[in-house]
Amino acid sequence: MVTVTVNVNGEPRTASVPPETTLLRLLREQFNLTGAKLGCDVGDCGACTVMVDGKSVNSCLMLAGQADGRDVLTIEGLATLERLHPLQEAFEQLGSLQCGFCGPGILMSAKALLDENPDPSEQDIRDALAGNLCRCTGYIKMIEAIQGVARADGARPAPKSA
Amino acid sequence: MKSFTNANPRDVAHAVALSAQAHGANRSVSFAGGGSDLLALVKDRIVAPDVIVNLKTVKGLDQVAAAPGGLTVGALVTLDALDRHPVVRRDHAALAEAAGSVATPQIRNVGTIGGNICQRPWCWYYRNGFPCLKNGGNTCFSANGENQFHAIFGGGPSYIVHPSDTAPALVALDATFRVVGPAGERMVPAAEFFILPRDDAKRENVLAPDEILASVHVPAARRGTRSTYHKILDREAWTHAVVSAAIVLELEGGVCRLARIVLGGVAPVPWRVPEAERVLVGQRITPELAAQAGEAAVSGARPLAKNGYKVPLTRNLVRRTLVELAARA
Ligand SMILES: Cc1cc2nc3c(=O)[nH]c(=O)nc-3n(C[C@H](O)[C@H](O)[C@H](O)COP(=O)(O)OP(=O)(O)OC[C@H]3O[C@@H](n4cnc5c(N)ncnc54)[C@H](O)[C@@H]3O)c2cc1C
Repeated sequence: MVTVTVNVNGEPRTASVPPETTLLRLLREQFNLTGAKLGCDVGDCGACTVMVDGKSVNSCLMLAGQADGRDVLTIEGLATLERLHPLQEAFEQLGSLQCGFCGPGILMSAKALLDENPDPSEQDIRDALAGNLCRCTGYIKMIEAIQGVARADGARPAPKSA
Repeated sequence: MKSFTNANPRDVAHAVALSAQAHGANRSVSFAGGGSDLLALVKDRIVAPDVIVNLKTVKGLDQVAAAPGGLTVGALVTLDALDRHPVVRRDHAALAEAAGSVATPQIRNVGTIGGNICQRPWCWYYRNGFPCLKNGGNTCFSANGENQFHAIFGGGPSYIVHPSDTAPALVALDATFRVVGPAGERMVPAAEFFILPRDDAKRENVLAPDEILASVHVPAARRGTRSTYHKILDREAWTHAVVSAAIVLELEGGVCRLARIVLGGVAPVPWRVPEAERVLVGQRITPELAAQAGEAAVSGARPLAKNGYKVPLTRNLVRRTLVELAARA
């Protein structure tokens, strides 16, 4: 067993898990954070995307031990009890998701993009979503939603965390 | 996933020692950089390490640093960091472009240059567990099978293509690899690091079991040098090259003094085409000359039953990339 302590959505969480446990399983099975989804389990689909130290990663391809001591942000960390994250609001307003399975991963990729580049072009958005598969929507309304949030955020500097 | 133990080395020598120790105890070992290739192989039971030596805990290997005569890129530098590195982008564009063309943002954020160079083949027979040459068997199923993505150069007995995007760029940029093992370290030119299946069909490079690729040295760009990496995919994102080309040109007053053209996706190793380079040296690169170089690049191609399309694809990629690179300011 390995003991890992991860700062998840701003809170330190610790668990003892077998060394082959992925970050995704740690989040879902130890911490009950089931927003990140188990899709392909090999880095193709992006449904498991979370942010580690500010960068989007496939949590299915990272061992829990590799996340030890690092900052992990999951979809559960975006909204507060009072308010959805602007990206979530925009997705809701435009109906950007259909079945929703890819949603948590897409939103984390979008957040990672906007944190780094508050004024992305359409191509930047497409590139940022290249690792997230959606088989329902065709992506167009997601791209529009992300563009809308970027524009609304305009000149303001990107927030450091959710 | 199969269970394994994790070993967290302090430095390169310690990583080598941990690997040798495990082998001494008859346990199988894999090194992990970002793990984006390795973990998929373990989940699919293609490799079954008892011990994973996690190189990420090695200090100092995640830096790009100025070194005498060029740049040293530590094996743990991520593809994302390489893609964004201002000096790499300015002086060694082919490397930055190759790194930026790999997979997806999520994979570039964890995938390391060392892991990218040492990744195992993505042949579907190998990845699906067929008892092929790469899986310890004695047949390459692609030779007479579904070989649409396989080698048109240098094949036999295995017809895999080398999957790395950065490898052709590093060969074209004349990089050297620092390899560290139990007996100490050695410097291996990128062009000699990769090995053909006819020399050893079980592996893709010269690394012995306890050896690590520790860093990559990229020599300073000579005056008048420019480089680029172009990659053709069967979809717009997310995947390995069907065909790619890394090209370095040294131009003086518009005349080509030196050319290095290295192809990806077409051979079991990054495939240099001196026939095409010779067409260019001493000449001005016109569209006609670029077309001749494209023809020369494929003169030695030996396509299999289902990958003949790679021949015109390669020819035209070389031509187009040369025209575009020669026209760059
Ligand atoms: C969906 C998907 C798409 C992909 N697309 C591409 C693509 O377009 N282009 C491309 O080039 N690759 C692609 N890859 C392959 C791979 O994930 C990346 O190349 C990545 O850079 C590998 O780096 P890593 O650090 O994660 O490797 P790891 O998984 O850590 O290692 C890969 C292999 O190299 C060995 N290794 C790692 N570091 C060292 C070292 N320093 N010394 C010796 N051996 C070492 C490991 O033992 C392992 O066998 C893709 C992967 C996926 C899942």
